[in-house]
Amino acid sequence: MSAHLTLTVPRLRRLDPLGALLVVAGATAVIFLPFVVFKSNRIVPGDPRGLLEVLPAWGAFAGQATLLLAAIAALGMSNARVRLGAALLGVVVVALAAAAAGDALTPAGNKVVRVAPGAAFWVLLVCLGLMATDAITRMRPGPGLRVLFLAVFAAVAGLALAHGTFDHLSVMREYAVNAERFAREARQHVWLALGSLAAAVVVALPIGILCHRVPRLRAGVLGTLNVIQTIPAIALFGILMAPLGALADAVPLAAALGIRGIGAAPAAVALFLYSLLPIAANTVAGLKRVPQAAVEAARGMGMTNWQVLTGIELVLALPVILTGIRIVLVQNIGMVTVAALIGGGGLGTFVFQGIGQTAIDLVLLGAIPIVALAFSAAVVLDALVEVMDRARQ
Amino acid sequence: MISVENLTKQYGATTVVDGVSMVIERNSITVIVGTSGSGKSTLLRMINRLVEPTRGRVLIDGNDTTGEPAHLLRRRIGYVIQGHGLFPHRTVAENIATVPRLLGWDAARIRARVEELLCVFQLDPQVYAAAFPHQLSGGEQQRVGVARALAAEPAVLLMDEPFGALDPIIRAKAQDDLLDIQRRFGTTILLVTHDMDEAFRLGDRVAVMSHGRLLQYDRPAVLLTRPADPFVSRMTGISDRAMRLLSLTTAGEAALPGASDGPAVAASASLREALSELVWCGAESAAVMDADGTRRGCLTLAAILARGRPG
Repeated sequence: MSAHLTLTVPRLRRLDPLGALLVVAGATAVIFLPFVVFKSNRIVPGDPRGLLEVLPAWGAFAGQATLLLAAIAALGMSNARVRLGAALLGVVVVALAAAAAGDALTPAGNKVVRVAPGAAFWVLLVCLGLMATDAITRMRPGPGLRVLFLAVFAAVAGLALAHGTFDHLSVMREYAVNAERFAREARQHVWLALGSLAAAVVVALPIGILCHRVPRLRAGVLGTLNVIQTIPAIALFGILMAPLGALADAVPLAAALGIRGIGAAPAAVALFLYSLLPIAANTVAGLKRVPQAAVEAARGMGMTNWQVLTGIELVLALPVILTGIRIVLVQNIGMVTVAALIGGGGLGTFVFQGIGQTAIDLVLLGAIPIVALAFSAAVVLDALVEVMDRARQ
Repeated sequence: MISVENLTKQYGATTVVDGVSMVIERNSITVIVGTSGSGKSTLLRMINRLVEPTRGRVLIDGNDTTGEPAHLLRRRIGYVIQGHGLFPHRTVAENIATVPRLLGWDAARIRARVEELLCVFQLDPQVYAAAFPHQLSGGEQQRVGVARALAAEPAVLLMDEPFGALDPIIRAKAQDDLLDIQRRFGTTILLVTHDMDEAFRLGDRVAVMSHGRLLQYDRPAVLLTRPADPFVSRMTGISDRAMRLLSLTTAGEAALPGASDGPAVAASASLREALSELVWCGAESAAVMDADGTRRGCLTLAAILARGRPG
């Protein structure tokens, strides 16, 4: 009888702790911080504008209502799909509000004024992003679905950018001025990150296999690679300048190939060196995880050493090795940024140029794509690792 | 026939296998039994050259095993280890097909052989061929391990504690299956175990090893009645040696002409089981029945007891 009663009385839901935190942060930001910053030109200090000041009355109302809905979902709804939907709706509304503010505050044909997203915009975006990520985690989507989420999100963002939705916002203004260089530096960025990764895989995989086979080598080799990891990037660039410069002077072919003391060569070498440890260490860890009985049986049935290595050991170690590759790729995408300091190019060029000119919009033009690239690489490789792990148990 | 001649393995100053010589008869099951560290696994692994001997040699049908590359030799010798060692990323069918693939059999022949073996081991191909090892029970994994070792029709099968990881009931079934398989394919089987019961149950001949040396190598009954060394009698068990001896003979083999109104005993049952039945029923004699229900003869208590004495 009592059990029946407890079932019929609607339970009072606990407040969701993460949701409460996000709502407090978001609400505080909307009330106290500027949603956009209006600047009469690119470098003067801005004039803060709140969310309500910049939108037409109906837009402001719709925006507020959506954010309120997202807040309610964050606080009280336990259904992950509802939470995800509310968060994504919130992201779209916040982005559209910023775009609308840009359109409203920019006089027709004026290319000098800048409307930059303000602190409240970024806080809201982070809060809603966290809410969405949390909801996705609770939904436990499979690897394929996660990549699909990413692809849809990227497609929507890409379409909006191509359509010119955000063209009156400051970052896109910087893009419009630098479009050609942006494409070049983005290509250089990806090329440096992937190229150094590929070279590291070619070198670190055999090192890892060797360390697994010859345990005496393990401590020494991995220790050395570990020391390389502790050298700060800038210092490593400095260390590499002298030998690479000397190499270019001594060997004309090297110079002809673009190897110099500064530029892309030392950056690529440094990234390559940083990449060695995670891949080698994960190769060792992955091979250690291979069931010894399987290796013993493989040898006992007459597989050659090469067949045991490629058909059994490396295949079974692959998920762990891929985890190392994921670490390196995400790390490299971030670290290529610093390469700009020594003339290595990449999206970091905009970051450091922006810092030099105190033009925060230019910094963002470099930083946002870097974050997006790193995030996408992490999602895709995580999914790949999971697929491999599932297939190979 | 496998001839082991003065086989020795030393690691530094330690001698793991010490001058072992023995002849393993074709189409028989030979069991090497010993405590852990007796060198029995090393001896087995020297036969397919997973361990290279320090001294001595192994001849299979008169040919020295060092006459060809080790991996080619191993493809002709089946090998089963404790914990089965199945490849977790390959299906049951792919696991079984391992050696035929290495030998370059064509796909149709491999498929037919895999199906045949699955049926022999009572694993429905429809259900098991595409399954992965982790989806199988321990007993099924073990059966696939043996099927994989037999895939390329090897004349010799080496088994290193093959049933060590199984619980007693499944182990007994696996041992029965192995006896059937041996009869069916006529494979020469060399099996290593530390379990004396298993050695007596399976072995046509049993080799007892201790500290790297071969102490005695003979038929199980001889090990019981004429142990060559105190260690052999300790291994074979002094307290229940009479029962062990009885377990080596079947009721059918010991049956005498005549009738009995006592309990019925299957001809395939051991004298140990027949004795147990007589004690249980308080009878003096039992009727021995063939599998088809015809009367084979009778067994008296006195006849059974006489069989449990040496000599």
